[in-house]
Amino acid sequence: MSATAGQQQHPIKLYLLIWGLLFVLSTMSYLVDYFQFHGLLRWGLIILFMLLKAGLIVAVFMHMAWERLALIYAILLPPGALMVLVGLMASEAGHTYLARLLYFH
Amino acid sequence: MSQPSTTTAAAPGLRALVKDWGSDRQTFHVPWGKAMMWIFLLSDTFIFGSFLTGYMTVRMSTTVPWPNPSEVFSLHIGNVSVPLLLIAIMTFILISSSGTMAMAVNCAYGGDKRNAARLMFVTAAFGASFVGMQAFEWSKLILDEGVRPWGNPMGAAQFGSTFFMITGFHGLHVSAGVIYLSIVATRLLRGRYDGGHGHGPNYQIVEIAGLYWHFVDLVWVFIFALFYLW
Repeated sequence: MSATAGQQQHPIKLYLLIWGLLFVLSTMSYLVDYFQFHGLLRWGLIILFMLLKAGLIVAVFMHMAWERLALIYAILLPPGALMVLVGLMASEAGHTYLARLLYFH
Repeated sequence: MSQPSTTTAAAPGLRALVKDWGSDRQTFHVPWGKAMMWIFLLSDTFIFGSFLTGYMTVRMSTTVPWPNPSEVFSLHIGNVSVPLLLIAIMTFILISSSGTMAMAVNCAYGGDKRNAARLMFVTAAFGASFVGMQAFEWSKLILDEGVRPWGNPMGAAQFGSTFFMITGFHGLHVSAGVIYLSIVATRLLRGRYDGGHGHGPNYQIVEIAGLYWHFVDLVWVFIFALFYLW
């Protein structure tokens, strides 16, 4: 069945595979904490597993991989603005932190 | 619903994108319910995105040490303290519910509405147990650990306010999803989507409800990584 008809039917095998992968990825991100990794390694692994899981859910479970580009861009591009916000607030938070260290500590 | 997309469907990739956005009547050649659900989820993305950004800001800017989530959310089994055990179980439950939801969508498009409804009830049950565990986690934190939105004995005061706000809002979404799925599944069984008046059955609603449910799981992926694992 084509995606343009608005129907999304895919082999059940694919869903089971993604389900399994999500289990594995969740276990791995839990193990990051269990084995007490620290520093850049911890951050890198946490973000990597998070993005992989999010990508699998959006692409397969939410069928974004088979939708039309018009919808994909309308939904997936705007959250980029959140990345700008994160960048702004991170630098702001760093500034606040330094000010607090200087004047209130 | 008939799709006026016989010409647009032929154009692939970027050409289709330009055609869709330049078309006269309709940009999104998907059922309107699906387009509306996606736009709602986009707005929800901004709500949770802003919450998590606010959490990042207070956590980065505080000079008081942040309570260690790995210890705060550990469970004692016998004499052994297992870090984040409850949270890990909650994570697996939510992923399982996403799996059953995907199966329900598959059944619905296969025309098997009985199994679709059954799987949706299973999904809702997973969701309800998630909320139950969250209630347990909250009461443990409030009663045993003394965490309040304005302070806690373990460190930075912002820990409580961000935790209750973010997980509370997410729990509210899960609860709403449980109700939503139960209603749609009941209507599905009662034959509300079976058609009539010249229309065949249309079980698209299952996929649309599924989008909401997967989104709730998606948000938890970010909360789990950024709040519990950071």
